[in-house]
Amino acid sequence: MRPLIAIISARFRLLLQYRAAALAGLCTQVVFGLIIMMVYQAFYRSAPDTQHPLSIGQVITYVWLGQALLAMLPWNGDPEIRALVRSGGVAYELLRPVDLYIYWYARAIALRTAPTLLRAVPMVIMAMTMFGMKPPSDVGSAVGFAIVLVGTLAMSCAITVLVGITMMWTISGEGIIYLLPSVVTLLSGMLVPIPLFPAWAQPILEILPFRALVDAPYRVYLGDIPLEQLGWILLHQWVWIVVLIVLGRHLLKRGLTRLVVQGG
Amino acid sequence: MSQIRVENLIKTYRVAERKAGLRGAFAGLVKRRHRTIEALAGISFELEAGELVGYIGPNGAGKSTTVKIMSGILVPDSGNCVVNGFVPWRDRTRFVSGIGVVFGQRTQLWWDLPVIESFELLSDIYRVPADDYRKRLGELEGMLDLGPFLDTPVRQLSLGQRMRCDLAASLLHNPPILFLDEPTIGLDAVSKLAVRDFVKQLNREQGTTVILTTHDMDDIEALCRRIIVIGSGRILSDGTLSDLRRRVSRERWLIVDLEADHSPPEVPEARIIQYEGHRVIYGFDPATLSAAELIATVSARTTVRDIFVENPPIEQIIARLYAKEA
Amino acid sequence: MNDLALYVRYLGISLRGQMQYRVSFVLQTFGHFLVTAIEFISIWVLFDRFDRLHDWSLAEVAVFYGFINVSFALADAFGRGFDMFGNMVKSGDFDRVLLRPRSTVVQLAGQELTLRRVGRLIQGAAVLAWGCHALELTLTTERVALAVLVVGGNFALFSGLVVVQATMAFWTVETLELMNSFTYGGVHAAQYPISIYGKWLRRFFTFIVPLAATSYFPIVAFLNRPDPLGSPAWMAWVTPLAGFAFLAGSLCLWRVGVRHYTSTGS
Repeated sequence: MRPLIAIISARFRLLLQYRAAALAGLCTQVVFGLIIMMVYQAFYRSAPDTQHPLSIGQVITYVWLGQALLAMLPWNGDPEIRALVRSGGVAYELLRPVDLYIYWYARAIALRTAPTLLRAVPMVIMAMTMFGMKPPSDVGSAVGFAIVLVGTLAMSCAITVLVGITMMWTISGEGIIYLLPSVVTLLSGMLVPIPLFPAWAQPILEILPFRALVDAPYRVYLGDIPLEQLGWILLHQWVWIVVLIVLGRHLLKRGLTRLVVQGG
Repeated sequence: MSQIRVENLIKTYRVAERKAGLRGAFAGLVKRRHRTIEALAGISFELEAGELVGYIGPNGAGKSTTVKIMSGILVPDSGNCVVNGFVPWRDRTRFVSGIGVVFGQRTQLWWDLPVIESFELLSDIYRVPADDYRKRLGELEGMLDLGPFLDTPVRQLSLGQRMRCDLAASLLHNPPILFLDEPTIGLDAVSKLAVRDFVKQLNREQGTTVILTTHDMDDIEALCRRIIVIGSGRILSDGTLSDLRRRVSRERWLIVDLEADHSPPEVPEARIIQYEGHRVIYGFDPATLSAAELIATVSARTTVRDIFVENPPIEQIIARLYAKEA
Repeated sequence: MNDLALYVRYLGISLRGQMQYRVSFVLQTFGHFLVTAIEFISIWVLFDRFDRLHDWSLAEVAVFYGFINVSFALADAFGRGFDMFGNMVKSGDFDRVLLRPRSTVVQLAGQELTLRRVGRLIQGAAVLAWGCHALELTLTTERVALAVLVVGGNFALFSGLVVVQATMAFWTVETLELMNSFTYGGVHAAQYPISIYGKWLRRFFTFIVPLAATSYFPIVAFLNRPDPLGSPAWMAWVTPLAGFAFLAGSLCLWRVGVRHYTSTGS
């Protein structure tokens, strides 16, 4: 356990050093959040009499939650691992006295939390004071949100590690890297909250894992998903997390055997 | 009229400080502290056309700062510098046409291109007329033996081959001045010799002024008639190698290989610098004890298998120079 | 060889290098296509639910979207050399650029032409074509001229932003995402007609990062419809020049940056 904590802590510290990047990232996201928010406002103003699955107030909070927690989403694999696999240095990773999957997972935890922490706190403060973001609808929603968020982190790390692992198969690995951001953005609800999608798309989006990254936690926060359904949400989340982890471990073993056989 | 004139160059840097540990990382988020480094505290020297000069000093002494100023990519805080009739950092594009620079650790060639294409591209960048380029390429190809790998992409070359190509690349436009920064670093023995021979030949036959910055004392010994030593931003010594030696100490070394298991005899007026295995090194001052006398004394008192008389390695001399100045 | 010929030569080298990795190139281009196409999909989804955006239809928004994406894709592809500049400062390779008797701008701009950005170009052009078709716009000389102004002005503007972003690397060693808020944020905002935004954002995009000038006004003229902001017709022909002015200004800033670099070292 100690080596894991050391790994996470070291990486965390390293990522915290990028203060200019964090500040700049914060600015970028505030700008994006504002633009996205204004577009939604314009849309809602254009159809004021219709009943919508989410109110504009809820959508605004949703948007800012998205910006605050952006860094937690699995946009890419760990860039250092990617470089390692490319150069063949991944063989040296095998010399470490830790299970490789767990080691990479630990790195992913740091990767997904440190930048988020740097940006989420100021972002939420700004959004709540200036941009109309609302706090959770009640205590139950807040607690539910926190619980679901843990699952979001776990899933995001599992996907992150999986992406790194697929790099061992050069062509398919590269393909995933380039396709992942678009898949994640659209299907998670990041671009458009899932309730606003056309009716025929909803069932598909509900089943896929990605909505558990964004749509599920945010709508719990909003109270739009009542606490009675929390159980189903968590079940959906964790089934997928287990699937992703098992898949990841399996592919890692095969990938390493392949590398060893090929000579790196 | 000297080709290179450097007068009283002063340059200071501001460096941000970072503290270690988690607390330091958070503290760094709020405020950064700076410290000033005095890189050059008044450097002056003059070089004539055709000189082959070694510019040496420990890390952080100010070598690369001086070279950067002389090549026009750094502006000093104060002082004068005139190279080839130009003030290097003004009129950059005209000035750099007249110098060649080789960095030992970074290549100026395009990584994925065959060497010859890098050369052609450089000849376009430097606006070298086609005839001059062909002639020059032929010369350099011969002198550096580049023929076998001119069509190879740079990334596939060995370090020695790449260095030879970098040397050629820096001279395609026939500059009268060449700056060499650690050209032999990481090279195998054969390549080092090749580089040294080339530089010597270049300087001798074409009169190219060469400023060589290096940590490799063999380079210095093989090539440089004149050595400028810099330490802590100041010139510590400027002259020939013998001048340098004489300045620091007159000590010479006697290296004796003894017959097995004999311990080295103690000799007054000579000190034992090192004794390892069968080899003992005596240091002596020829003014008080001649080499002949020392050899005679040692041979009389023990069985000697072999004997050499040498100068102490330059590293020692330089180290003592710094110690003296400190 | 003059600077322009040298620039073209550089680009050729970059392209050849990229074509060596053909499979990767195809994948990257497709990935880029998808990432940018997703944007329009989200717009489509919203229009499916809301039907109109103020008084703009989906097809009209598609024209705005298409133009911005096409011009940005071009600027992104050509400006990548400057994008890579940040790493050069870190590794000290910029010194070598300074040691060559050529303009730093030409050397950097020619460093890379990122061909895979054509993914965004393709989807932008497709959306633009669909929008024009859906609106049944006829091809007139006026329209062609306006289209050239829009693409040219935006291209200059985005290129200027890339140069400013690269110039920042002289002062901070870490890669700055700050400019991304202007470039990508600008792209995102200008995909929609800026009349939907509040006053202060419209002002920002007119005077500070003049995206409105280079896109909104000329595109409204291109669509040949009344402007909800009430601008006079001649503005459409003049405002794209703001993009070129911006680029000129950013190149001046670049020169300041180079001077700073040579006086402080790396």
